[in-house]
Amino acid sequence: MNRLFLNKAILMLSTLSAVIGLGFLLWILITLSYKGIMSLHWSTFTNDLVEGGIRNLLVGQFTMALMASAIAVPIGMLAGIYLREYSNNGKLAAVMRNLSDVMMSAPSIVIGVFVFALLVDPFGGYNGWAGIVALAIMMIPIIISTTDNMLSLVPQELREAGMALGGSKHKIILQIVVKAAKVGITTGVLLSFARIIGETAPLLFTSANNQFFTMDLTEQFPSLTVSIYNLATYPDEASRELAWAASFVLTMVVLLINLVGRFITRSKK
Amino acid sequence: MGGTLFKNFSFFSATLSFFILVGIFAVLFNYAQEALQEFGINFLYGETWEVDEEDEGGIFGGWIPIVGTLLSTLIAMVIAIPLAMGIAIFLTEIAHEKLVKPVSIAIELLAAIPSIIYGMWGLFYFAPIVQSTVGGDGVGLLTAGIVLAIMIIPFMAAITRDAMNTVPPVLKESAYAMGATTFEVVKDVVMPYAKGGIIGSIILALGRALGETMAVAFLIGSVMSIPSRITDPTTSIPVLLANNFAEAQDLEISAMYYLALILFVVSFALISLAKFYFFRKTV
Repeated sequence: MNRLFLNKAILMLSTLSAVIGLGFLLWILITLSYKGIMSLHWSTFTNDLVEGGIRNLLVGQFTMALMASAIAVPIGMLAGIYLREYSNNGKLAAVMRNLSDVMMSAPSIVIGVFVFALLVDPFGGYNGWAGIVALAIMMIPIIISTTDNMLSLVPQELREAGMALGGSKHKIILQIVVKAAKVGITTGVLLSFARIIGETAPLLFTSANNQFFTMDLTEQFPSLTVSIYNLATYPDEASRELAWAASFVLTMVVLLINLVGRFITRSKK
Repeated sequence: MGGTLFKNFSFFSATLSFFILVGIFAVLFNYAQEALQEFGINFLYGETWEVDEEDEGGIFGGWIPIVGTLLSTLIAMVIAIPLAMGIAIFLTEIAHEKLVKPVSIAIELLAAIPSIIYGMWGLFYFAPIVQSTVGGDGVGLLTAGIVLAIMIIPFMAAITRDAMNTVPPVLKESAYAMGATTFEVVKDVVMPYAKGGIIGSIILALGRALGETMAVAFLIGSVMSIPSRITDPTTSIPVLLANNFAEAQDLEISAMYYLALILFVVSFALISLAKFYFFRKTV
């Protein structure tokens, strides 16, 4: 009797944990949507920060995240290809995998400090390039591990079929193996993009922020997330409302990309 | 020809992680030199953080942010571990097949929400609740710890669930056939089998909590003082860096690099432990 009771109790507590987890998700999403939609106006999207809108911030954040992806995706994919296709899965590959995982978990603020020392301090000021590099450093290990995992799912027979046709190793990799893993890798790229577009800490003292619209990556660059941090701490109501509106837009973008990524994987199956 | 070039490029890309990690360590160590020489190891338990405007120096000690980081992480872990385990058990052993997928997706979406959103939500919605139920100023160690827990729970739950899913069904089925209850199966079959992965997930979540900046920055109060009660405001290493790094100069900025170095080394050690030791089997 006693152990049956204990079992019931534990099962109820476990279910309760799941309910609590979902409850927080709903609570956050509902308050965020309510506050966000109440504070959103059409002009929020057409004005720059200096006029009380987020146009330049959205463009700036997307620019930095896209440029970071342009750096991180090829490097990360090449590294993943090396680990899975060239390294023969030896000791060296195991160490490289682990180091990449360690880098994935490095505190984002430390990466910000590192890039500040590398690209801000020597050049005399915050700039968009520094923000891009910081985001790329965050993204590379995620792409490495996705590519590595997705390539491991490609059946060995496909590679052998390529070899039987007389294909050279890099042709087999690029035209058969990577193609077969295309969907998985695309999902991974989308998810990691969703991750870095919401990052704040690595941008605080790399790109910093800019109230005005700019596409010049050598000066301070507008950032949506850094602006949210600044605006939320201002005492006036208008700033806070803008922070809520910006947070709502950011969260919707992030969740949407996540859902699209998952949908692609599932529709393939 | 193209093949060799391609191989070399991919080899170079694979070594980049190593060089970036070494680069981070070297840069932080180099910029922290001034503070390292001035304060040495005493920096770890110095309680003063004062800039001396005249001689571009001052007295800097990391004790307060170090304690703040450790305490907020401790609170987060105490709350997060049982809840994350519960969610993982729910997803692997209890939930109906049709529930597993949507609940999993919801938990993963919770993990995808940017940390700055947790911080802002916590400041405007959660801090007032803490203030009215437990007292204090609303912002402080407890609020930061709880919101930090909410942030790391989905992450921890997802990895723990994956670890629990590796348990061969045959093992569980034989225990059930012997008349074991679900809890006994979890306790005596699943947990021992998935132990490495579960401990690994806790350590990874611990590393994430230690280095979390934005959620904590909104909620810990950013005050340079040792908390005497759990609701008191204090600061943490990432928060001090986020708020004061940009304005710091001379010896103070060197002390900031020192703090960043401490954070980097600690999280590097933790994550290496998790990866090289606890996840060894699954690699």
